This record gives sequence, C-alpha cells and structure tokens, in this order.
Amino acid sequence: MRNIFLFIRRHFNLLLFCSLQLFSVYLIVSYNRFHHAVFSHSLNNFTGDINTKYANVSRYFHLKKTNDSLLKANEWLYNKLKADFSVPDSVGRTFIDSIRVDSITRYRKISYLRASVVSNSISTQSNYIVLDKGSASGVKEGMGVIDINNAAVGIVVEVIDDYAVVMSLLHKDSHISGKLKKSGETGILNWDGKDPDAITINNISKSAKISKGDTIISSGFSTTFPKGMLIGTVESMNTEFSSNFVKIKFKPAANFYNLEYVFIIKNADQEPVQQALNKIKTQP
Amino acid sequence: MNSRIKNSIRFVLFLLVQVFVLDKIMLHQMITPYVYLVFILWLPFSINRSSLMIVAFLLGFLLDSFRHNPGFHAAACVLTAYLRPFIINLLVSQEGTENNYDEPSVKSFGGFLPYFIYASILVLIHHSWLFFLEAWQFANPYYFLIKTLSSSLLSILLLLIIELIFYRKQKFKTNIN
Repeated sequence: MRNIFLFIRRHFNLLLFCSLQLFSVYLIVSYNRFHHAVFSHSLNNFTGDINTKYANVSRYFHLKKTNDSLLKANEWLYNKLKADFSVPDSVGRTFIDSIRVDSITRYRKISYLRASVVSNSISTQSNYIVLDKGSASGVKEGMGVIDINNAAVGIVVEVIDDYAVVMSLLHKDSHISGKLKKSGETGILNWDGKDPDAITINNISKSAKISKGDTIISSGFSTTFPKGMLIGTVESMNTEFSSNFVKIKFKPAANFYNLEYVFIIKNADQEPVQQALNKIKTQP
Repeated sequence: MNSRIKNSIRFVLFLLVQVFVLDKIMLHQMITPYVYLVFILWLPFSINRSSLMIVAFLLGFLLDSFRHNPGFHAAACVLTAYLRPFIINLLVSQEGTENNYDEPSVKSFGGFLPYFIYASILVLIHHSWLFFLEAWQFANPYYFLIKTLSSSLLSILLLLIIELIFYRKQKFKTNIN
C-alpha cells in the first residue's frame, strides 16, 4: 500500500498529465453523449451570452450585405404572390381568386421561425452554428435550418432554453440527402473537412447526366428539409472506375462565411414520423 | 503588478482574442493561427507543474466550449504544458535563471535564439497534436503535414510580433534586495 502512495507521489505529474489527456480524448469521442449533460447546459449559456454581445457588434458591419440578401429574398417571395397570377381568361379581363380557404381541408405543414446567428465557425472539421432561439421558442432537435435565401445551412442538434446549436453542413458527420434538380438522382452529402467551398455528394449513379452548374436541392426524404430547398451548384465530378457511382463536388449555396440571419424549419410531421420510426426500431 | 492578477488578465484577453479575432482567420481554407498558447509560454518559471497543466487544461477547455468541440484544444494545451519544463531545462543556458527572472522571455533565456527555439518547439508540438486529433479520421498525412507546418509558421510569426509590440520588462532579481 505504501509503495502505491510512493509511486503516485513520485509520478504525480505524469499521472495528472495522462488523466487530463484521457479526459480530453474522452470528451472528443463522446461529444454526443456529453453535450446533453447539465454541466454543458450552463456552459453553453455562458458562452452564448458572450457570443451574443459580439454578434451584436459585428452585425453592424454586414448591414449592407444583409440588406441586399433580404431584398433578394423579398423579390423571390413577391414573385410567388398568388394575387399576381391571373387565370387565362377567354373574355380577356384579369381575374383574382377570392376564395381564401380551399374546399379540400389543408393544414399548415411547415412553418418558419426567424433566428439570428450568435456564433459560427468554418475553420475546424466539425463546425457548429449557435442561434439565439431555443426550446423556449419551440425549437427541437432535428429541425432543419436554412438561410434567408432558402439555402440549406444545417440541422439543429442541441437545444437549451435560449440557444440552439446547429450542426452546419460543414461538419464531417453531417449527412443530408440531396437531389439533382435536373435529373432527379438522390445522394448523400458528405464534407471532407477541408475546403468550405466544396462539399461532395455520393451515391449518384454513373448513368446520370450531370453538367457543371447543375442545381442540387434537398430531396424531401426526411422531415428535416422540405423538398426543393437549395443546397448548392455542381462544380466538378469525378468518376471512379471501380464503382458504379460518380462523386460530385459542389459549392454550397449558403454563404457560411457571413451567416447573419437564418430560418428554422418546423415540420408538423416531424414528431409522428419520428415516433413511427422509433417504434419500428424498438421492435425485435 | 501581482503576477497572479496579471496572468488572470492575460488568460481572459488571450482567450477573447483567439475566439473573436484569430478564429475568424482562415487563409487558403486551412491556415488558422493559434496564438492563445502564448499564455502558457509566458507563465512564470515558479509555477508548479501540476498547476501549470491544470491552468492549461482550463484554457483549452474554455476555448473548446466556445467552438462547441470539447477536448481538442484541452488535449493540445495539456501536452504543451507538460513538455514546457523539459524544454526550459534544455534551453536555459545559465544556472539559476529560473530564480533570477520571473517568466520566459528573450532576456531570461539569454538571447533571441534560445527563446525562439523554445517558442517554436512548443507551438509545433501544440499544433501537431491538435491537428492530429482533429484529423485522425482522415487518412491524409500530406494534408495534415502542410496544415500543421503552415499554421505553426503563422502562429510563430504572430508570436514574434506580439513579443515586439508588448515588450515585457524583466527585472534581474537577486537575493540582496
């Protein structure tokens, strides 16, 4: 027993070093479990507060750019106004549909919640974005996030009272399903952790006709993003001789360098679908 | 100023500068300078080794929580702090420098070159361990090497600039006064 104490005393620094290193590596590999801990809750509140103060200052410097992109978003929305479409009329006068409610019952499936970015990074291999809306505003894990010009940004992975942490598309574990708008093939998005301007999309068949500049949109296969959200434009493709698939590199449509305001997508189907999926998974 | 207060202020300042200024830099999509570890380099000689490691761990851990990637910087900082005394022992030329000066600097190392070597070795160790941990899923040694070397170069350059701008007065302490 005495020898053990002597050993610990003699090699205390080495032991401390090893245990701190092991603890750090444990934090790295078990982040998903760790970040639910109560401990991280208060830490996130603390860093969130400081980041909000910083974001308030930096927002001033991007006002012009924000204004421009809002204008663009407005233009897009104006072009979708129902009132601007007229029914081709044989008599030749414009006709505005005055019925507000459809006879077939409809319900709102998707709603958008505005949020501003508190902190954002692009320099690591696993980037997270923090938003200033949290569970108090009804944000839940698994919701999709788009920027103000309808381009996919990421998925909410953690929610506390006033903040939500979003796993950006620029994260090595982020796998969203995307779709080529022109030909309709779907594939899985994947980021290699290097260039923020190049994300790859895998599992696209070689037979697909792809050309540079093609649009990639969200597939709508999950409840995270509704179908048709912009993801990016094709930059280059390389065919692997050994496989049946082509690997496409594309430039994300969202500008991750200066993200200021985003929308969180609330999908009414999310919970029932998730419950159904869980039910299947737990069945023996 | 009391050394403890001075170091606490430095701790906060380096952390804030790293989070809000240097982390936004990304040259050629891969070079980010990590200058906050100057705090570890500048800690006094007299600090004992276990508290050095704990302080370094705290610094790394707080930086990690700003970046929402716990563990990476904490591990790199602890390694840097653990190796610091060995490298000081190797490079300090005169007997008793640890007692005559407060903290590592050009003057206390007895010249520019030993101090430069001390800083570069620790920066290199820190960066390689950090990028190694970040990159262990990606089997691309070439990319890892380039990233480590270029980021280290930029960090060392910034470190030298900091050293020139914020000149630290180092008094020679003797037993007499």
